[in-house]
Amino acid sequence: METKFKRIVLENSDAIVQMWMDNVRNLKDENYTTNIGDELYESTNREFMNVIFTSIQSQGSMEEVEQFSEKIINLGWPLSYITDGLQVFRRVTVDYILSNLDDMDDTEQIKSVFQSVDDWVEPIIRKLVNEYTGNWEQIVSLQRVALQELSAPLIPVMDRITIMPLIGTIDTERAKLIMENLLQGTINHNSEVVLIDITGVPVVDTMVAHHIIQAAEAVHLIGAKCILVGIRPEIAQTIVNLGIDLSDFSTKSSLKKGFMSALEITNRKIVPLEGKSREEQIKNIIDSI
Amino acid sequence: MNPQSCVHIHKEWDIVGARQLGREMAKEIGFSTVDQARIATAISELARNIYLYADQGKISYEIIYNNSRTGLCLIAEDEGPGISDISQVMEDGFTTSGGLGAGLPGVKRLMDEFEAYSEIGKGTTIKTVKWLR
Repeated sequence: METKFKRIVLENSDAIVQMWMDNVRNLKDENYTTNIGDELYESTNREFMNVIFTSIQSQGSMEEVEQFSEKIINLGWPLSYITDGLQVFRRVTVDYILSNLDDMDDTEQIKSVFQSVDDWVEPIIRKLVNEYTGNWEQIVSLQRVALQELSAPLIPVMDRITIMPLIGTIDTERAKLIMENLLQGTINHNSEVVLIDITGVPVVDTMVAHHIIQAAEAVHLIGAKCILVGIRPEIAQTIVNLGIDLSDFSTKSSLKKGFMSALEITNRKIVPLEGKSREEQIKNIIDSI
Repeated sequence: MNPQSCVHIHKEWDIVGARQLGREMAKEIGFSTVDQARIATAISELARNIYLYADQGKISYEIIYNNSRTGLCLIAEDEGPGISDISQVMEDGFTTSGGLGAGLPGVKRLMDEFEAYSEIGKGTTIKTVKWLR
């Protein structure tokens, strides 16, 4: 029975492809793929059909499907292109086989038509969807790793002074990472002063403030001093509104000021290089004439 | 009321989405940078309370008009355990989670109007408004 259907489908593949193309062309206008060039759309559709027929012919070979899904992913087309396309294929094929059967009243036969078309299409859908979501999952996990790398950098700018610039949203996981890196780094770099720069933190709510306070207290416990820098005016106002008490911490508006006071704490200061300035040299030359 | 937008809070990252939307709306209405930060912080607090205590809920946003004034109204709703004594949580420093205990009283100070209803076992609704100056 099943081979009979398969024969019908394979022998009339041109007609089915034509029907499918007409249907899919309508899909293009009403949804997602409108910004795709007609030529590319047509050629990809043709390839899609080839993949499906090859798979049916070869009893579910997946190699072509894999290549095709890779291509669609690279093109960045939506998953719905694939799922809709296969739905249309299922409908068209069932219609076609039914219209080619002599005995239309045999419900058993109709059932087996549906059954065998499903058997062809389902593994393809499964494979394509898996490939697609696998690709997303991979992207998400890569981005998570990338984000983690960015999340709590510690820069030993000079002997005994370390800076931790924070950029972006701080969530619980990141707060933990900040604390760990901060303490580990302070000990590793033998820092006396740690500057936490929050210029890039968009919102400081009670949770973020709480984590920063805890981190500063922990740094204090291991014998270093923590200065909170980069507090923007609007953040200062929201911190005051929230009623968060930061009076126990040294804070500075900018990293520059924080760095100056860090130098002061470590008994150092910035001194211009020795030697006369250019203007003085010129003046000397003029005087000597 | 008929909220114009709504963000569901299920995960910690939804808090970011919620305050992003709030900040955008505030910007559109014409709030100053400071007020945008206030609104974003208030949303952050409300969303975090939902995430911490009720597990899930939603925050609705509405632009409201009253006597030629424009304002942004936020409604945070959840079906969590509820708050047994609202006046207690409105005190600074009261916390059950080991935090700073500045969340709700902070929101009240950040915004212009603040109302909270809660029923044990049924959930909590907090409505708060910031008027454009």
